[in-house]
Amino acid sequence: MTQPETAVMAAVADPAPRTARKQTPFTKFAQAFSMFRNGKSITGLCILGFFVLVAIFGDLLAPYGPLDKDFSALRQGPSSTHWLGTTHMGEDVLSQLIYGTRGVLVVGFAAGIIATLIAVIIGVTAGYMGGWKSESLSAITNVFLVIPALPLMIIVASQYENPSLLLIAGVLALTGWAWGSRVLRAQTMSLRNRDFVQAARANGEPLYRIIAVEMLPNLIAIIASSFVGTVTAAVLGLTTLAFIGVIPITNLNWGTILFWAQQNGAFPDFWWWYVPAGLCIALLGMALSLINFGIDEYVNPRLRSAGERAREMRKKGIKVTSSVTAVRTTPTSGTQPDDGAASAPRHASPAVDLDAVTPVAPPAPANPDDTTAR
Amino acid sequence: MRFFLRRTAFYLFTAWAAITINFFLPRFLKGDPVSAYIAKNQGLISPDAAAALRTLFGLDKNQSLLEQYISYWKLLLSGDLGRSFSKGLAPVTDVIASALPWTIGLVGIATIISFVIGTTLGAYAGWRRGSKADALIPITTFFSTVPYFWLGLIAIAFFATTLGWFPASHAYDKGASPELTWDFIGQVINHGTLPALTIVVSSLGGWVLGMRNMMVTVMDEDYVTVAQAKGLPPRKVLINYAARNAVLPQLSSFALSLGFIVGGTLVMELVFSYPGVGKLLLDATNAKDYPLMQGLFLIITLTILVANILADVAYAILDPRTRQSEA
Repeated sequence: MTQPETAVMAAVADPAPRTARKQTPFTKFAQAFSMFRNGKSITGLCILGFFVLVAIFGDLLAPYGPLDKDFSALRQGPSSTHWLGTTHMGEDVLSQLIYGTRGVLVVGFAAGIIATLIAVIIGVTAGYMGGWKSESLSAITNVFLVIPALPLMIIVASQYENPSLLLIAGVLALTGWAWGSRVLRAQTMSLRNRDFVQAARANGEPLYRIIAVEMLPNLIAIIASSFVGTVTAAVLGLTTLAFIGVIPITNLNWGTILFWAQQNGAFPDFWWWYVPAGLCIALLGMALSLINFGIDEYVNPRLRSAGERAREMRKKGIKVTSSVTAVRTTPTSGTQPDDGAASAPRHASPAVDLDAVTPVAPPAPANPDDTTAR
Repeated sequence: MRFFLRRTAFYLFTAWAAITINFFLPRFLKGDPVSAYIAKNQGLISPDAAAALRTLFGLDKNQSLLEQYISYWKLLLSGDLGRSFSKGLAPVTDVIASALPWTIGLVGIATIISFVIGTTLGAYAGWRRGSKADALIPITTFFSTVPYFWLGLIAIAFFATTLGWFPASHAYDKGASPELTWDFIGQVINHGTLPALTIVVSSLGGWVLGMRNMMVTVMDEDYVTVAQAKGLPPRKVLINYAARNAVLPQLSSFALSLGFIVGGTLVMELVFSYPGVGKLLLDATNAKDYPLMQGLFLIITLTILVANILADVAYAILDPRTRQSEA
């Protein structure tokens, strides 16, 4: 009868029980991307989508060519003809920004894809193999973790007169894959001994099938997170290299805009020249971080449920941080949390509250890693 | 014991790999700037220095690659990194030694400040989760996704040029020379404040997020519940039970971040014209000063390696479970 409210709290944390749905190719497809189904990830994806559209339709959107010179308007502030003002050569800053989006996204995604491929191949193999093969692959990973990325990029990029976009992406990928590989190796090692993998092995499934069909779906969240992380690092790396002047100025991206702005004394007076490019980089980085926050919460549900539970308790007038003697003074109203466990009767009178003893103790899932195994 | 042996083997391997990469890097270079330089300055380079350069850059065609590799190691072990072209043929080790204290001093202090503030804020945000303190995360994340050079330039434009509170560049006033007087120390602090502040602001996000997420995870542990059930004051639970355990991974990333002090702040030194290691590397790249580039890359890599060792040792001391699970 007097089931402690801890159960209510715990139920808030638990995901709603999955109703058995008919498996269609579409639901399967949607399930594979379930780590993006939360507010943070969706916000991030929307911002990213905006930049992708700008990159694709840059030619149509930009009011001027990126290098068109308007000698009647040099270093002009924002106006109706030039929304974000002009450079020292009379070039339109907004157009440069729009055309520059493509360079940033192409290099960012190319580097992310290359790095993720390397990370998956090396990380999953190292995790699955075991023994000296695993050890040596992990040693290689660690060497790449130790090599300083930016100095190496500068040294390699400075060897070429005119490095292509793909080469830059390659260098960024080469210095950025190791972390993802390390995380993937750890996760694969923990998956390797799960029952469903053991069963597949006992069934005599070939190695490629075990890895591609049994393991990879459970690694998608981590792969996605490492991909997003590499893209973020690549975007920052690219703009930094461009700003330093290692990447040729013919390759237009947000970093080169800042390079020109600094070379031509835009700081501090001509703010329209350098503020938008920096904000674009920050906005893109923020979008990618949001996507990753969403994935983090999917992989480790405590991160999300903790905040939700704390808010739930505060509504009832209990401080999360208070200890056992917390006395609830205001009786709870009839607002029930919208979960299935509402059958637990509420204490009607002010009383020493049992659940304050265990403010944050849901029955921990038997294995937190299982969230990725859906 | 086995744990330490394995780690030692790993570090020896990594150091070997890093030095070997360093050996091969200049051998992939296009053209042959080094022998051109030697030819141009025929009389100026002493035969000894020229021989050292030839070994470092593999110009001695009579030697096989293996022989070159062995003599390269011999040079390294005797502490000879060659001579810097752009710094009047001064030994590379001397050039690096003169830049190292500036970087370590400024960035080291900034890293420590950032770690302390970030971890404290993160612990608070994790403790008061679901409250307004959660707003800390997006704010600090924003500053860590802003490109550092842009933040630095805006800080200069605002605080140095417009407000005139801090000098915009260099480590001390023009005309002063490094000496141990209060006046000079004051100058160094005055010049270092702005760069240090920008480093702290841009690196805070990682510390806050890491600590907050660990706190949230640790708060679910039974020992925290027990501590609260015992009726301990919340402050005590926060500091002695939750934060104390949540800070473990933070400490290990702190040790790792010490490694990036030397190589990771290249851009800061460029923006603020700070006379440190990063600025040296950029100058060396622009001047095609290969001996200096190679030496700097080696030093930067070895620092990161040493920091990794520190992180491992710290973790093994603080958390006995690591030793057990690895062994």
